[in-house]
Amino acid sequence: MSNSFVEAFSFIEHHGDLLLDQVKVHLEISAESVAIAILLGGPLGVLLGHLHRFSFLAINISNVGRALPSLAVLAIGLPYVGVGKLDVIIALVVLAVPPILTNAYVAVDQVDPDTVDAAKGIGLRPLQVLTKVELPQALPLIFAGIRTSAVFVVATATLGGIFGGGGLGAVINNRESYGLDGIIAACYVLIVLTFAVQLLFVGLERAVTPAGMRATRSSTRSGFTRRRATVVLTEGGVTQEEQSDLVDQGSRT
Amino acid sequence: MTKTETAAAQAGSRMSAAPLEFRNVSKHYPGSATPAIKDLSFTVPAGEVCVLVGPSGCGKTTAMRLVNRMIDLTGGDILIDGASIADRQPAQLRREIGYVIQQIGLFPHVNILNNITMVPRLLGWDRKRIAQRGAELLELIGLPQEMGSRFPSQLSGGQRQRVGVARALAADPPLMLMDEPFGAIDPINRERLQNEFLRLQGELRKTVVFVTHDIDEAIKMGDRIAILRDGGELVQFDTPERILAEPADEFVAQFVGADRGLKRMALTTVGEIELDQTPPADTASATDRETVSSTTTLRDALSIMMADSLRPLRVVDADGGDLGYVSIELINQAIHHRPTGDMAVSV
Amino acid sequence: MYFLAPAADSGGPVIPNFGKTSSCVLDNKTFCWDWFRSNWGSTFEPALIQHIELTAIAVGIGFVIAFTLAITAHRARWMVTPVTLLGSLLYTIPSLAAFEILVSITGINWYTVEIALVSYTLLILFTNILAGLSSISPEVLDAAHGIGLTSRQTLIRVELPLALPTIIAGLRVAVVTIISLATVAAYIMPTGLGKPIFDAIASGGFNTKFIGAGVMCIALALVADGLFVVLQRILTPWAAARRGV
Repeated sequence: MSNSFVEAFSFIEHHGDLLLDQVKVHLEISAESVAIAILLGGPLGVLLGHLHRFSFLAINISNVGRALPSLAVLAIGLPYVGVGKLDVIIALVVLAVPPILTNAYVAVDQVDPDTVDAAKGIGLRPLQVLTKVELPQALPLIFAGIRTSAVFVVATATLGGIFGGGGLGAVINNRESYGLDGIIAACYVLIVLTFAVQLLFVGLERAVTPAGMRATRSSTRSGFTRRRATVVLTEGGVTQEEQSDLVDQGSRT
Repeated sequence: MTKTETAAAQAGSRMSAAPLEFRNVSKHYPGSATPAIKDLSFTVPAGEVCVLVGPSGCGKTTAMRLVNRMIDLTGGDILIDGASIADRQPAQLRREIGYVIQQIGLFPHVNILNNITMVPRLLGWDRKRIAQRGAELLELIGLPQEMGSRFPSQLSGGQRQRVGVARALAADPPLMLMDEPFGAIDPINRERLQNEFLRLQGELRKTVVFVTHDIDEAIKMGDRIAILRDGGELVQFDTPERILAEPADEFVAQFVGADRGLKRMALTTVGEIELDQTPPADTASATDRETVSSTTTLRDALSIMMADSLRPLRVVDADGGDLGYVSIELINQAIHHRPTGDMAVSV
Repeated sequence: MYFLAPAADSGGPVIPNFGKTSSCVLDNKTFCWDWFRSNWGSTFEPALIQHIELTAIAVGIGFVIAFTLAITAHRARWMVTPVTLLGSLLYTIPSLAAFEILVSITGINWYTVEIALVSYTLLILFTNILAGLSSISPEVLDAAHGIGLTSRQTLIRVELPLALPTIIAGLRVAVVTIISLATVAAYIMPTGLGKPIFDAIASGGFNTKFIGAGVMCIALALVADGLFVVLQRILTPWAAARRGV
């Protein structure tokens, strides 16, 4: 059995094309889901944060979203859309929106009120305040939310393999055809993929961080999925930010 | 008489204090070029407040933390009531030493009463005695009894530091260590806390090692002041009066400030000097002369005189009865001929 | 191996037939309440109980291991990186694969499932417990030592109580994560709320099973989440004081 861990490498060698195809499918599904989730959650979160409204909902939606069991969400879609890519994407979108929305909300809501005040004071209109002052400062945290979602989606798309979504999950799901070597090989590829996505987004985050704010950003350590996420808990109407070292929900498959 | 003795004599207090001795103490951190403390020796008599004062980095906090073994000695010894601190386990030792720090460090998860009574509970006192002591201490520091069930986050900074002092006093230790205890408090409350502490000290007469960087606080709080320089070098160890009157060297003179003459005058009140009994021959009539009470310091008296063209002042006691007159010549005489404390302690 | 072929190919779902099948079931409507009710005791209730057991055991064992590691790492800081690396690695392995691989080693049984689930909890719990311990103000520790508490007393009376909120936050995430992952356990072994789901997949897609199990699973997770929020409030009265309650 321990041989399989080594054999897996030769599997990668011999079936590189197959794996690559599945990686493509996997990334396709992931990208589509994240893109839709960004469209759904991003602008809404930013708007609510700008208006400082519905904080309870915006903040707790990520708590609820984090609690949702992935397989259950995948299963519940089945009666409605049947098996296949659509079900997987819908489920992934449902799971990906909460972190994006909450982070977008918190990011804009918690922009230094003094800078907003100053902006209004010098005569910027609300829309300009949003685009010129709030968004630039909020971007890093917004991207952190997108990163959380993206890593999570890439990992959860694996489960989608059971539901006809294809991707690396389809390989893992198919022991008869690919054997233990194949499963482990797909595993290796997925792990690498996860880190790659993680690093990509860390890079993006850095890129969008205004130079002046760079010193305060927390960074991932040696590329592993460990970072300070903001768990925002609402207690009695007052928002309290508790920073727990939470793992990216990204790898929860 | 030292401040403590004066206050204590007035209050009729009890003693529960131990003398503290630094004997050739040295502290060298591995990897650093110079020792934090080279060779420090001095003795604090029981029941006195000894203030360690000096510029930052001089080693005053290090010296204090050596006493309760928060930092380990490199060389020499520290003796409390004749016994070396090395003889006891650190935790044991610390339970008999009151410890007050600048940031206070109350336990946020525990209510005020339990914060205060932490050490007695560790020592295994029985419940009744603990409750009694807790109530006693709350009263001592001037907080209402119901505060006992509140949490530190609900108290103001000044209140918290008072609780910190109460916590240090809980097991009635013979020695107290205080590291810039009022440093994080605003100036108004700081003065209040200083006065309260002096009052407490008058009642309790503990041996106290008090660290500060503020020379004025040192002069106010200390029975004896140890002025330290880089490397824990003891430059002068004396009563505040003598340090102000006869600074040991240029460093001390600079440290106490050019206004030490005035500072000295703040240490004595007009009631403590011999006053002129004959009315002064100047232009002021009886009604038009400035009057001060006997508790006015010489410094304040001088200040009032300056506002009144340096004309002598009339001094009265608490009931308004005449005590005499004070003039600038009299003040000058008093300063120059006043004995600077009757106990000379050699360094 | 499970896969769900499009309904057209397989000739429709296999309908459990007890003689008086309702039209709802025959039409495979989205959710048939009658079927759900009548099969509660045979299908859903046991699945729920198994699921809770799976989760409780996994989080329990995981907590004991993570707690021990965290307390040790708190004093011996060099341990933090290796443990975190190991935990991260374990966490990143997709659950499907983890279960499959473990089956080869330990067979199809509860041990396999629990080993996998426990390894998922390790990173979350270790990180959070350690973070809680590390977040205590240094002056509180200085005061604790200065007034005479030994290291052990400081840990028990000061550090752990103050770390509690973060530890509970970690437990909350761990429980919810394991509830989710435990559904995948049914992939290799018929247990927990994943079982009805995988059964339904294998038999062609009986909707009520999907919805029933799925909704129950979500409800379980949300209830557990809420319970932990309440638990945290109860265990930290001093935080309530800060809120001004």
